[in-house]
Amino acid sequence: MDSLLSILIWLPILGGGAVLLIGNERSSTAKWASAVISVLVFILSINLFLDFDTSTSAMQFVEKMSWISQFNIFYHLGVDGISMPLIILTTFSTILVIIAGWEVIQNRVADYMAAFLMMEGIIIGVFSAMDSMLYYVFWEASLIPMLLIIGVWGGQNRVYAAIKFFLYTFLGSVFMLVSLIYMYNLGGSFAISDMHALPLTLVQQGWIFWAFFLAFAVKVPMFPVHTWLPDAHVQAPTGGSVILAAIMLKMGGYGFFRFSLPITPDASSYFAFVVIVLSLIAIVYIGFVALVQKDMKKLIAYSSISHMGFVTLGVFALFSIMKMDSSGELISIAGASIESAYLGLEGAMIQMVSHGFISAAMFLVVGVLYDRLHSREISTYGGVVNSMPKFTGFAVLFAMANAGLPGTSGFVGEFMVILGALQANFWYAFLAAMTLIVGAAYTLWMVKRVFWGPVINPEVSKLNDINAREFGILAVLAVAVLWMGIYPQPVIEVMHVSIANLLEQALTTKIPGML
Amino acid sequence: MLNIYLTIVLAPLIGSVLVGLAGNRLGRKLSHSITILGVAVSTVLSLYVFNHHVLNNGDVFNQNIYTWMQIGGLNISVGFLVDNLTSVMLVVVSFVSLMVHIYTIGYMHEDKGYTKFFSYISLFTFAMFTLVISNNFMQLFFGWEAVGLVSYLLIGFWHHKESAIEANLKAFLVNRVGDFGFLLGIAFVLMFFGTLDYAEAFSQKDQIIGQTLFGGFSAITVVCLLLFVGAMGKSAQVPLHVWLPGSMEGPTPISALIHAATMVTAGIFMVSRMSPLFELSDVALTVVMIIGAVTALFMGLLGIVQNDIKRVVAYSTLSQLGYMTVALGVSAYSVAIFHLMTHAFFKALLFLAAGSVIVALHHEQDIRKMGGLRKKMPITYITSLLGTLALIGFPGFAGFYSKDMIIEAVHYSDLPFAGWAYLAVLVGVFITAFYSLRLLFLVFHGESRVDSHTEEHLHETGSSITVPLILLAFPSVVIGYLTIEPMLFGGWLDNAITIDPSHHALAELKDHFYSAFALLTHSVVTPPFWMMVGGAVSAWVFCLYRPDWADQIQSRFKRTNYVLNSLYGFDRLNDIVFVKGSVKLGNLLWKISDMTLIDKVIVNGSAKLARYLGVLIRPVQTGYVYHYAFFMIVSLMLVLGWVLIASDYSFFS
Repeated sequence: MDSLLSILIWLPILGGGAVLLIGNERSSTAKWASAVISVLVFILSINLFLDFDTSTSAMQFVEKMSWISQFNIFYHLGVDGISMPLIILTTFSTILVIIAGWEVIQNRVADYMAAFLMMEGIIIGVFSAMDSMLYYVFWEASLIPMLLIIGVWGGQNRVYAAIKFFLYTFLGSVFMLVSLIYMYNLGGSFAISDMHALPLTLVQQGWIFWAFFLAFAVKVPMFPVHTWLPDAHVQAPTGGSVILAAIMLKMGGYGFFRFSLPITPDASSYFAFVVIVLSLIAIVYIGFVALVQKDMKKLIAYSSISHMGFVTLGVFALFSIMKMDSSGELISIAGASIESAYLGLEGAMIQMVSHGFISAAMFLVVGVLYDRLHSREISTYGGVVNSMPKFTGFAVLFAMANAGLPGTSGFVGEFMVILGALQANFWYAFLAAMTLIVGAAYTLWMVKRVFWGPVINPEVSKLNDINAREFGILAVLAVAVLWMGIYPQPVIEVMHVSIANLLEQALTTKIPGML
Repeated sequence: MLNIYLTIVLAPLIGSVLVGLAGNRLGRKLSHSITILGVAVSTVLSLYVFNHHVLNNGDVFNQNIYTWMQIGGLNISVGFLVDNLTSVMLVVVSFVSLMVHIYTIGYMHEDKGYTKFFSYISLFTFAMFTLVISNNFMQLFFGWEAVGLVSYLLIGFWHHKESAIEANLKAFLVNRVGDFGFLLGIAFVLMFFGTLDYAEAFSQKDQIIGQTLFGGFSAITVVCLLLFVGAMGKSAQVPLHVWLPGSMEGPTPISALIHAATMVTAGIFMVSRMSPLFELSDVALTVVMIIGAVTALFMGLLGIVQNDIKRVVAYSTLSQLGYMTVALGVSAYSVAIFHLMTHAFFKALLFLAAGSVIVALHHEQDIRKMGGLRKKMPITYITSLLGTLALIGFPGFAGFYSKDMIIEAVHYSDLPFAGWAYLAVLVGVFITAFYSLRLLFLVFHGESRVDSHTEEHLHETGSSITVPLILLAFPSVVIGYLTIEPMLFGGWLDNAITIDPSHHALAELKDHFYSAFALLTHSVVTPPFWMMVGGAVSAWVFCLYRPDWADQIQSRFKRTNYVLNSLYGFDRLNDIVFVKGSVKLGNLLWKISDMTLIDKVIVNGSAKLARYLGVLIRPVQTGYVYHYAFFMIVSLMLVLGWVLIASDYSFFS
């Protein structure tokens, strides 16, 4: 299929429009239509995986059309081993949220489903755009459905959370726009690949780096621009939280891969230490903050921030592992191997995909409880295992994955990043490995207070165990989490050549005169 | 052979998954039959493997099963390494597991979670197999944490008990502290050797000699100590021992299987497996020896003051794990494995016997409410007696050989502090005899202190409980006599263990060894024997002959008694520093940094600033044209002025 990516983008967006037309009155039709569309998109997206050529780092499934010719802007799509897994993660997660909202959402059902479908198309656009203006349009457009999802179907304090979410992320991305235009003025092109090749002095790179950094750091989110996330998650409906955690945060991580490293390699190297310190703060500091949360969603939100710290750590640790000598050969710093740089970068990618599964699962777990007792407070529960044994089985599995238990996907990324980071600097690994203790502490302490123990709240003893729909969603996620933990090689294989190419780009100087 | 190994590993997993998913539909009988069948298959095949490798000198099997990940030149695989060490472990694990499976039928028959329990213990067996059969560090870590997971689930099996779910959280987290070090150790292994495969890593071990870390520390010492931190967590060495007594909250079968015979010995196994690395660092070995000696002596002391039948045995386990660790420290790895094996049998036996008593007394665990049970429960009594004699090292019994060899090996070692370690393990013999016989006397001898209602119905437990006891009693008696010579001196473990010639403790043991029988006849002139007799007689005096003397001593030595009863204060320290400290720190960071500084001051502050500026500027927007004209003119003048100054008046020239 020549226009597979376009179909993946526009089918859900237009389909979402159609669902809107079906209207909220015919909610059942709207639901079924949405489900069919999301499943169809997922099946189509599998073709990306099946037809993917793992031997090249070149863009695949490329489409290119002129869009705004005065400014040399193109409708230009393509994927490589870095974006492809994220697209499949997107199509996969969208099915989950549509089915998860099946009986739960009673208010404006068609609008709800349409918002998620449009969201899906827009985010696929973000991951597949090869023109920076197209990318920017999708990037900003993704805010709108999420703003509505939080603002319309959210909790009591939803307006504050929605505005905070919007302003925070919007503020970040404005600077990105400025630097994109700046580079257009220098090079006369908005194509991302041209920007990769654009020579820039260290000062220019520095400004561009920080402009990008602000945009991506807010999205990831990194300390100290993370405080929108707990509010957004707490107020968002379950589906919103799932998409937010599973996919939207990945837009930030993806940005570092696609923009920061290749466009500003020297500045990335120059400022890597700052990013690493912020990542380590996220991992350790946020871990302790998660420990004292009383609201389950807040706890998982903080845990998300902590886990995403591994992504940025894995990416930027590479500058302490490898460098390029004057003849263009990659050489190691302090005797580390090139594999450890791969471990960092690929570990970061794996961590993004894995976090997509696990955070989605954790938010769905909370959603299941919230749907029944309308409380996110840990203290409301206790002894849930007595009335919901099947559900508890899933919850404990996902909690263990969240705590990085080997055999689950949560282990793989953290393991890789820690192995890689140690070769950069022992203390990076030391602090990152603290998550082994802290992460287990906050996750399992919550499990203890919610699922184990005597039943104190009489409502808890009347809970019904999960129904077939909920069972199905959680089972699919459980399979995904275990599969990636037991056999991560297929995902590694898909990304390896692209990552190797990125590594080269990131270590090649762009400073004129030093080329 | 690969298919046989695969079957050994996967049979329990299949049983576990089947029963775990469909236990309710399969029913109790089918559930326990399936899981027992799985483990029985593994046991039989393990014996076959043992025969092939150990008795017939089969070649070492080392093969990857599948590639877990391939990153550039780095291959991380799931694979099997089967040598004699693995073969011994397979037999020990599968046999004890099988006994525990059978025992569980009787022990758990009234429990609602019957089928779930079988699923868990089979899953545990699978995880333990993957641990001992691994040929690389990644899979080792997988098995390592997987056994920890099952341990967590089983300690908290009775999840309605607050004490149980506190204990399982504690167990998991303390183990994670160990794993923290272990993982960093593994990361260093990758850094220095560029591989996680055992054979590849060990073959280039010379590369690490002479390298330093952190400005001067020997790299190999750092690596070994980090790996050993992992062993300290799993094998419950001071100060990471605190989780093991708590783990007694779980049902007794798993106390026998996981927290005595198999999982807790994973650390011992791991260090033995890493012997090529540990042999390179005398400092690391000395630390291992000291930690082991401290654990052996001081945890044994705590066993004296416990009154819960399972906790006495638990502290005894801690102490015996200390013995194994001491043996590792003095490079007598095969002796450690030998004690691991004998201990697995007699300690599993003692736990299961304790469980038999607990069942008979309707879940009473306080030994002060027992006594005189030997008449009502003869099988439990005799098997307990045999297990106890094995534990205290009564000449001829299994523990006699393994423990004596450890003590002798420490004696021959010339590591620094070996003299102190020798003293510790020697005194440990006295203490072991004392608490073990105290337990035996208080439970089975003397007057009955059982309440009259229970007393009436008291009888020997059913055959599914007593048969495993009898089957475990055999090896507890004879396994030491039968295997000491080939295992320690006949080269059974030679293809798995490396010993540097400068560490000659084992070599000297061999020089002084004639036969198992000679050791037996010679025993009465050795110090450990008299220590054992001393401990036994003391126990008899204080428990049966003059119980009032025990009270007098307790009141005389109040302070010592307080220290022992507060378990040296480890729990309190952990609670204050780590538990409460972490929560305090978390609250501090959250409320002050996150909520106040970032959110209130910076984020909402900038929002307020924007609004404030808006309010400030609003009066300027009057709507009168002449106001606007005035501002325009003034601004224009200012801009022009600035341009003039900035251009150095060149505007005019």
